[in-house]
Parts: sequence; structure tokens; C-alpha cells
Amino acid sequence: MEIPYTVKPREDTGLFNGKVGIWLFLASEVMLFGGLFSSYILLRVGAEEGFWPHGWLNVPLGTANTMVLIISSVTVVMAWASLKLNQFSRFKLYQGLTVLCALIFLVIKAFEYTDKFTHYAVLLKDGSYVDGHLVSKTMTADGQTLQSITLHGTVTKDYNQVIDPHKHRKEHHEHKEITVAATNIVRFADVAKLGQRAAFKPVPTMKDQTGSTLMIGNRAPRYNSYTAIYFTLTGLHALHVLGGAIVIAFLWGPGAAMWRTEPERFTNRVETTGLFWHFVDLVWIFLFPVLYLL
Amino acid sequence: MSHDHSHGPGAATHAHDAAHDIEHVRQSVRKYLYVFYALGIGTIITVLASFVDFGSRWMNVTIALIIATIKAGLVAGFFMHLISERKLIYSLLTCTFFFFGAMMFIFIWCAQDFPGSEVLKILTTFWR
Repeated sequence: MEIPYTVKPREDTGLFNGKVGIWLFLASEVMLFGGLFSSYILLRVGAEEGFWPHGWLNVPLGTANTMVLIISSVTVVMAWASLKLNQFSRFKLYQGLTVLCALIFLVIKAFEYTDKFTHYAVLLKDGSYVDGHLVSKTMTADGQTLQSITLHGTVTKDYNQVIDPHKHRKEHHEHKEITVAATNIVRFADVAKLGQRAAFKPVPTMKDQTGSTLMIGNRAPRYNSYTAIYFTLTGLHALHVLGGAIVIAFLWGPGAAMWRTEPERFTNRVETTGLFWHFVDLVWIFLFPVLYLL
Repeated sequence: MSHDHSHGPGAATHAHDAAHDIEHVRQSVRKYLYVFYALGIGTIITVLASFVDFGSRWMNVTIALIIATIKAGLVAGFFMHLISERKLIYSLLTCTFFFFGAMMFIFIWCAQDFPGSEVLKILTTFWR
């Protein structure tokens, strides 16, 4: 059975069916990302004064990734235009460049994620915070109890310096290797007893000899509302980049065989995947300022 | 762009239509490059604007979102061809944005509908 209207537009809509299909899908995507954006807004305005992070993400890397996605948006539309102009070798070039851009984006994102997962904060019994990247940690022989942890970073009594490094950038903070014994770290269960507010959620496996979780947290989704919504939004976006890249790579490789048998249908396929790809770029245009800059 | 006039299987049957189509695509390609430059400049402006203090955090947010909306408009309008699309797509998107707006409005309204809420504070700073 032949699928109708893959090339010829339907008389009533003036569109081939794939295009209507992808726009309906994008409409549902608008609602999906819209719901998460509204979560972001509510988490942010609901955050206590001084508890919403600023300047946690690497702006040059984020800007580079924005540029990479913009370039890929141009190459994806140029790939389609090349087919329209009957220049198949140009199509191959642009389509290949799009896949390359998608991979660069994902690699940069992976570096950013790794940086967050290895960035720890520790609350000490004297009320100060050690904040920095994990150098090493020593556990007991059974691997259940933490003995000490070494971070490369700073020590401060003011958690605001951790939450808003951008505001405190002009002050001098010496970055050095700091080793803390587990006995000097506050237990998660004791934070309230000390009349303090847990500024972050600790890693459950970081325990002392009594089996109590210590106030050691890395910037994973559990850390606070900001990291939770950051990983949710960018993770979902990265999955879209990955999915799009797989389809674009297919049309660049084995899928391109259709050009020889049904060139117009193939051109429409490229246009349809292009529409999805532009949507992915469009979402990032909003994610970048909202998460990196504001 | 190179001018590769090969006649592969993609060539349309009607020579006149094909020539018209090709000229149209050529013009579009030029537009895509302009849009690309605009998006690059827009990104740089967004980054620079974030280091300027416009009076309040919310003013900075508003300005960043205005720039992002313009950039999104360029992508949707030119790359996604929304400036000259069929009526059905426009109808579909009108519905989408109605429901998108309604969703945002209902969620934010429900969560922030109490005296002294942040959203009410933001609204009063704008409408003072």
C-alpha cells in the first residue's frame, strides 16, 4: 500500500502529510518545554532570598554551544536548499556538518555536566563552607565510612559566596587544596538542631562511622532547585539533540539512497527533520540566557 | 554558493517551474545567511547585556527574554519558513500558543496568587 501525500500536497491543506505531522508534534513539544519553563519560573521566584545560584555555569562554553547550534541550524536549512537546487554533494556536506555540530554540542555539554558532578560543597562544624572540585576522598576498608575528603577550592563562612560567585568575583579568594576530616563535618540530621538551614542536599552515601549522612553535596540534580531544573531542562534538550542527530545522520548515510529513487520525497524528509532541528535550536535560544546568564 | 547545474533525478519536469523554484531557493539562501549573522550578533548582545545592570534583576530578565524572542522569531520565520506558510500551520500554531499561554498563566497564577507574592511584586514594579 502506498502512503498518500508524501510528495504531492493535499488539495485541501496544500501541504504534504509529513509537514502537518511534524508541526503537530512540535505543538506538543511546545507544551512539554512550556510546562518545564513554568516550573523554572515558579522555582525561581519561590526560592528564598540568596538561595538561587548565579554564575555557576561557564558562560564562554554556553556561548560556544549557542553558536554551534546556530551554525547547525544554518547547515540543516542549507542541506535542504542544496537538494532543491539539485546539488547532492553539497547536501552531503551540509548534512554532515550538522551531525558534526550536534556531536560538538553534546561533547561540550558532557564536559559541563562532569564539571558540575565533581563540584562539591562541605559544611564544617565551625559553620564554614568548603567549596570546590573533588581531588580525592578516603574511605574505610569496607568502603562504607568516609574518613576525609580533599577539594580544590575556597573556604568561606558566607554561603552567599558559594551561591553567587559572580557577585563576589572582585573579592580575592585563594583557591587551594583543602583536606577535611569526616569528624569536622556536620551531619545532615544535625543541621536543624544547630539552628541552620540545609543550603543543599548531601550525597546519601557520604556517611560517618555512625552511619549518618554528612553535609557533603555535589552539584548533581539533588543539590538544590536550581540544579534540579537545570539538569531536567538541559538533559531533555540534550536528548532532543541526540535524537535529531541520529535521524539527520541516517538521512546523511543509508537514508540518502532514497535520493536516487524518490528525490522529492527525500527532500521533504530532509525538510521535516530540519523543522525539528530548528525547534531544538529555538528551545536552546531561551535556555541559554535563562540558565547561564540571569 | 557554487553554480552546479547538474541534471540529476531531482530536476523538475517543467523547465519553467524548475527555473522559478531554483531562483526562489537562491534568494532564500541569501536570507539564511543574513539571519545567521543576526542570530550571532543577537547572541553576543545577550551575553554583553547580562553584564550590564539595568536597575533590577527583573529588568535584565525582561531584556534578555526580549532578545531571545526576537532570535526565536528569526529562526521560526526564516529557517522554519513561517513567514510564508499554509493556513493550516498558522491555525495549528494559533491553537498551540493559546494553550501555551493559558498553561503558563494558570500555573503561575495558581502558585503566586497570594498577597506579597514575588510575581505580584514584579508586576507592581512594572506598573507603579
